[in-house]
Order: sequence, then structure tokens, then C-alpha cells
Amino acid sequence: MSDFPRWKYALVALVMLFGVIYALPNAFVPLPAVQVTANRDAPPIDQSVQQKAMAALAEKHIAVNNVVVEGDHLLATFPNSDVQKSGADVIKSALGDGYTVAFKLQSNVPAWLRAIGARSMPLGLDLQGGVHFLMQVDQNDAIDKQENSYADDIRTLLRQKNIRYESVTRNTVREQGIAVVLRSAADRSTAADAIANEYTDLNVANGANTGDRFVLNVVIKPEKLRDLSRSAITQNLGTLRNRINALGVSEPLIQQQGESRIVVELAGVQDPTEAKKLIGAVATLQYRPGIGQAGDARAQEAARTGSIPPDANLYRMRGSNLPVLVSKQIIVTGNQLVDASSGIDQQSGTPKVDVTLNAAGAKKMGDFTNANVGKPMAVVYVEQVYETKIVDGKEVRVPKITETVINDASIASPFSRQFQTTGLGSPKEASDLALLLKGGALAAPMDIVAEGVIGASLGQDNIDKGFKAVMLGLALVLLAAAVYYKLFGLVADIALFFNLVILLAVMSLIGVTLTMPGVAGIVLTLGMAIDANVLICERIREELRNGSTPHASIRAGYEKAWSTILDANVTHLIAALALTTMGSGAIKGFGVTLMIGILTSLFTSVTLTHAFTALIHGHRKLKTLSV
Amino acid sequence: MEIFNHDSNIHFLGMRKYTIAIAIFLMVSSIALIATKGLNYGLDFTGGVSVVADYADSVEISGVRSALEKGGIHNAMVQSLGGTREVSIRMQTKDIPGAADVGGKVNLERVAANVAKILQASRPDAKLKNPDFISAEVGAELRSDGTVAAVFVILGIMAYLWIRFERRFAIAAVATEVHDVLVTLGILALVQREFDMTVLASVLAVIGYSINDKVVVFDRIRELFRLARKAEPEEILNRSINNTLSRTIITSLFTAITMGALYFFGGPAVHGFAVTMLIGIVVGTLSSIFVASPILLWLGVSKKDLMPVTKENPELARRP
Repeated sequence: MSDFPRWKYALVALVMLFGVIYALPNAFVPLPAVQVTANRDAPPIDQSVQQKAMAALAEKHIAVNNVVVEGDHLLATFPNSDVQKSGADVIKSALGDGYTVAFKLQSNVPAWLRAIGARSMPLGLDLQGGVHFLMQVDQNDAIDKQENSYADDIRTLLRQKNIRYESVTRNTVREQGIAVVLRSAADRSTAADAIANEYTDLNVANGANTGDRFVLNVVIKPEKLRDLSRSAITQNLGTLRNRINALGVSEPLIQQQGESRIVVELAGVQDPTEAKKLIGAVATLQYRPGIGQAGDARAQEAARTGSIPPDANLYRMRGSNLPVLVSKQIIVTGNQLVDASSGIDQQSGTPKVDVTLNAAGAKKMGDFTNANVGKPMAVVYVEQVYETKIVDGKEVRVPKITETVINDASIASPFSRQFQTTGLGSPKEASDLALLLKGGALAAPMDIVAEGVIGASLGQDNIDKGFKAVMLGLALVLLAAAVYYKLFGLVADIALFFNLVILLAVMSLIGVTLTMPGVAGIVLTLGMAIDANVLICERIREELRNGSTPHASIRAGYEKAWSTILDANVTHLIAALALTTMGSGAIKGFGVTLMIGILTSLFTSVTLTHAFTALIHGHRKLKTLSV
Repeated sequence: MEIFNHDSNIHFLGMRKYTIAIAIFLMVSSIALIATKGLNYGLDFTGGVSVVADYADSVEISGVRSALEKGGIHNAMVQSLGGTREVSIRMQTKDIPGAADVGGKVNLERVAANVAKILQASRPDAKLKNPDFISAEVGAELRSDGTVAAVFVILGIMAYLWIRFERRFAIAAVATEVHDVLVTLGILALVQREFDMTVLASVLAVIGYSINDKVVVFDRIRELFRLARKAEPEEILNRSINNTLSRTIITSLFTAITMGALYFFGGPAVHGFAVTMLIGIVVGTLSSIFVASPILLWLGVSKKDLMPVTKENPELARRP
């Protein structure tokens, strides 16, 4: 007599198999490795680079497991992390500056497991360490930008108010403000009033007059300057968080250090070079009026003679490298967009970025395109990179801004809020740009001043202690259950073991980062998972006491306990769900662990134990139950 | 094996005046403790100082940590930087002896000098560089997130219990829940245990644990009300507590065993988590037995509130 249907046996067996397979990758410890990628202008990675690296390692007698070329990068695996460090040094000096050498943990999981999507859980900063970046925020740049934009705004304001001016120029010395030169004392006082009324963050003062030049000095108020530097850091912190979340690194550490520096630590990063590119990248788009066509007579002339019209910049087209003239006036920049996504343009088949502007940006874009149908508009791709130069025998990192025009086409019809930009080199570039634009602009450029590999923040002794305690706790619970509930306790123990396996499988599959608090969370889940079995066993005992037959007691025990188990677990699930809405990575990870644990324990404690119980007792006549 | 007498019939509700009085006293004193002593926030919440220590020869992380402990700097984060000769140390300024000026301002140079002295006591080749302030890893947003999460939990659990049980059960559960969290926090404030992210996670896990416990008792109350012909509420509640007593205590014991192992053998990384959970388990178990049901009784729960809604039989209505 068995009241347990066959399909449920099959389901239980399948889930157990799933758990074992997908939890298996965690048994394979990843190998320390060094990854080499070619920089933009260095020759690509090939056999010769591989041989060079191998020769250098052999010469220094450094044990290496394997050196292989994988796609666009070279990968060398080492037996342990000490050798990995010295190996990286050797490879770096052998290959020179054109290549980026970075640490990596190479997964050791067999190919057939990887083929079905099984992978091991990444370990958190506390268990394994990761990469560490220290970045210097260039707050001066934020001030420069703000002063420039005030100068533009003042020009527009004076034009609007019909105040004739001779010039509006920003002082070359930072924080010295903007000099506005007017033609008469009367003009000057109206201009002063207008500026002071419109921009409350500016101090306006009369300067020295020479002949018919009436000077007005406009300076940003000191408290506003302080605000600017402070908010530059805050905005950069926020942008970094967005970008790192987009990378999919869980539980990163992002912290302000001192006045103008930011620390970023990433655990389990698979590709440090990629992380670095994205973290430090300052790339944005500017939409500007074009002047003529790319490569036309005027542009060629300007490129040859170097005489560029005062209101224009000379750039090169991406790809064709033709000279092109672009107005200095900026219609919209990347700061003004609210959303960006990449894709492939249906008509031309080239990569594109779809852009959505905010209200202010949309208005400007709408006004401009309405008035300029048929005229060209250029899209300028602005990228800032840092280069290391040797000045007076010291290494100095200097910012270098490259501006290229990725698109210069006539406006076919007016548009404002949503549109697309084409002309990007590859789908990868398009998706990177979309990611950068969406993550928000950096208020000020940042430079990575220090980077390195950091060890686990916990220390090996504490990690070992933690894992030992976990094992001990579990063993004690297993023992206690077996002693207290005898055979039913043993079945509950099997369920608990598979609960752990399935929990690990699901966590690995969705890529939850494992940290020490996470491990504590797993133990807690298991400790509480046995509650369902306690409920069932207590019910069965009660039924037996009330005089039911063993089989009827088992059936009634499971049936009656189920509603209690469901209510208790649903409310517990609500509590766990709330944890996952918390902003902090560590707590979120803990909540996710708890949630998965509740769901898996519902299955293992009820369905799985029922299957085993039915298997053991199903076809026998019973006088007593071992519970 | 059975530890508990399954026929136990302890008159828990008879003590309700005392137990509720104690619960209220504990809650009020917890609030007072949190308000006056406050929680001892950890590095995650407060930020502090970071320094880099440079050693002439290779150094063990555990050695650095014990040197700091000896000098009175507890709970510092020590990490190796790249090789084995450089470590990064992060700590709270309040932990560093003599770091603060008279005005309460922290002097970075003095911090570096003091920490250097502490490290050099065990390793004279230690040199300190780059002292700098670091911001809190989690800021104000976490506190507001925490509040949102707590409100979400309370509303969610209330709604569920309201639908599955009845209004009074929802109110009693949430009231007891608030009691459990407050008392747990109160004890943490009393012993001035460091309150970091792990402990926060643990406090939130206590909510889940303790609601689990209450629902089991409530479930039995509902069942007994539905079964009983003559349902005296006080009697039913008392029987429910007694019937589930064995389960309540066994589950608490099992969970406490795992947390106890973490507490005694798990090392500092899981210490805070385990001790908070242990406090929560004790408070939650006691409140399931002594607090939740008296509240339910006072709210006036009765048999007719819990009977499943039966559809009126049209056949019966048609009969004369």
C-alpha cells in the first residue's frame, strides 16, 4: 500500500540529480592565472607572443601549468598564487608596455559541466580577495566645466537681453572667474543686474576700465565651489556603483577615501582589464552642428593650412579619417540623456545606440532640428584616457582627450526626445557606450592611481575556523535529529543533506557571491529547514498516540502538518524577500540565500522525505513506527 | 526519544498579566537603552581611517591582526596588498588610542604615529604610509532601506495572516514581532556588541525566525477552534501552546545548536551573526509561548471568526 504516486518519485530523483550536478562545480578549485591582452595599438596576441612569454618564464624557472592563446588574449595558469605573482612580473617585463597583464582566477570546471551551464559560486572579498583600485578624482575638471558652462550661459543671457558685449572670456587661471567686457558703463550695470538675478551662485564685481572697455568680473561663490567638488565625488561614487552593478559583480566595495579619492574593490572579477576599462572610462557623446561635409574643400583646406574658423573645431571621421569641421556650439551632451541601449540598425545593418533625452535636452534638440532641417549635425565621441609619461625622470599620468566624429549626416526631419546614433565601430563598442551613457556621466574624470590584487579580508585562519564550525553545527543537528526521531530523523537528515546540495546548486546557477555571512545564512537556513520535519514527526507521534495505525498516522501527519508548514514558510519568505530589497550587496545576498533556502527546504523536507518514507514503509505491514 | 511530556498542560495564559508586564517592561527598557546608550556601529556604518603598513620582510596577516589587538585596536580590517610585505589596515577612529584631539577632531598624523607604535611593538620593521579617512561603506541610504524593508515585512506578513487567518492574528503577530526585534536590539545596545552589516542581516533574519514560530502556534489555535464543539478561547489557546510546545522547543534547540557551533568555534567573522541569532531565538521562542497568545486573547478571538465560510445551500433555502 503506497499513497505516493510514481511521478513524484521521478520528480524527487530528477531534482536530486539536478542538485548534485549543478553543485558539483564548487568542488573544483579555480586556478590562479595571468591574463594578457593587447592594448589598442599593440600587435594582437598570437603564437609569437605566446612563445615570448613561455621563454621568459622558462628562463626564470617559474613553474607554469599552461600557456594558451584564447581568442584575443593569452592565458597562463600557475600552480599557486605565489608563483602567479612572480609569473605576472616576468611576463610583464618580457612583453613590454603594449600589453596589459592582469591576475585572473581560471575556472577548473570540466568542459561538459560548463557546457550545461554549471559553474562554481564566485567567492566574496572576505573569502578570496579580488582586485583593488584607488582612483583620484580630478575635481578641478568639474570646476573647469562649470566655469565654461557659465561663460556660455552668460553669452546667451546677454544676447537674449539685447546687451551688446565685446567679449566673455574665462580666465585661464582656475577659480579666477569670467571676464565680461562691455561697451558702456550703462550696459555694464544692466548686465551685472541681469547676471546676478539669473545666477545666484555667482558673485559679480566691476573690474578696471580701460578706455571704452568696461570689465565685469564674474566669480563662482566659494561655497558653490566647495559644493561642486563635493558633489563631483558623490556623483562619481553613484556612477561607479551603476557601472559596477552593470558589470554584474556582486558585493563590491566602493568607498570614498580622503577628500578626493575613491576605493573600489571587486571580488571574483573574471576579467580585470574589462573592469578597469569600464570603471575608469570617461566616454560620452556630444551632438553639435556640422559645418559642411566630411572631407569637403573647406575641411581639407583647414586640415592642410591649420587655419580653422574661430567658431569651429577640426576633427577626423572615425573610420575614413577624413577631416571634418564641427561647430563649437554643443546642442546636447551625454549628461542630458536618461536612457541608452545598443542594437543593430535595421536599414544599414551597423551597430547603433538608441538614446532617450531628458526634458531639457529634448527641448534643445527639438528647437535645433526644427530650425535646421537639411543641415548637417555631427556626433562627436569624446573619450578621455590617461597616459603615463616620463617627466623629469618621474612617471606622471596625464589625461589625454580624444575626440572623433562618429557620424555627420544631414537632418532629414526634426526629432527631439528619442533617436538613434549610428557610426560606431562594432556591436561591442556600441554596447559599451550604451552602458557608459546609461550609468550616468562622471562629474569629473578619474584616474586609477593604484591597482593591485588584495588578499582575503578574513585571513585563512578565520575562514578555516568558520567552515569547521559550520560542519560541526550541521553534524550536531544531524545527530540530534537521528537520536530524537530515530528512523524518521535519519530520513530528515538525508533531506537536509540534499537541501544543502540543491541550495548550493541554485546559488551557483544564479551566481550568488559566497561570503562568510552568506555561509552563516546557509547554516541558519538548514537549521530552520529541519523545522518542517519536526512538525511532521510531532504530528505523526500525535496521531499514533491517538490510536491511528502507522500508515494512517504517516498520511495524516503529512497532511495536517502541510498547512502549518506552508503558512510558516510563506510568512518567512515575505521576511526574506524584504531583505533582498535592501540596497547593500551583503544583505541582499543573504536575503537571496534565505529565500532560495526556504523554497528548497519546502521541497526536501516535505516531498523528498515523503518519498523516502513511502519507499521504506510503503509495502510493509507495520505494527510500530520508528519515530 | 521524548523529552517533553505530551500531556503537559501548563497554564501559560494564567500568567498572562505577569508575562505581558515583563514584555512591556523589556520593550520600554530596550527603547531607552537604544536611545541612551545607542548601538555600537561598526566600520561599515561609521567609516574611519585607512593606512598601509610596509614591512621589510614578509608578514602574516594574523600576526598584524594580533599586534593590533594587543595595542587595543579591535575589529580592524587587515588585508594583504599584492605581495606579502604590504598590508592595508582599516579601522574605526574611536578604536585608536589617543587619536582624537581635545575638540574631538581626528589628527591623521597622530593616528599614523600611534598605529605605527603599536605595530612596531611586535615587528620593528613596520612602516606606515598613506593614512587617510575613509567614508562609511554603507551610508544613510541603508538606514532608509532598512526602514522600508521593515515596513514591507510588517505589511506583507499582516496581509498574509489577515487573509489566511483573521485580523486579530495579524495584529498579534506583528505586535510580538516588533517586541522581538526591539528586545534583540536592546540587548545588543546593552552589551555594546559591535553592530555591523552582518549583525544587521542577522537582526532581519530574527524577524523571519520568530514569525515562523508564531505562525505554528496560530495554526494550531485555528485548527482546535474549528474542531472544538464548545470553544472556550482561553482553554483553546492554552491547549494550542501546550500541544506545540515540544515542537517549539525542539526547533529552537536545533537552530540554536548550529548557531552555538558558529558562536563558539566560528571565529570573529561569524561571531556577531551567531550571537544576535541566539538572542533572537531565545526572545522569539519565549514570546511565542508567553506573549503572542495573551495578545490574541485580549483582542477577543473566538470560534465564529475562524470557521471556514460555508456557502449557503440553495437546496436548503428552498425547503419549507
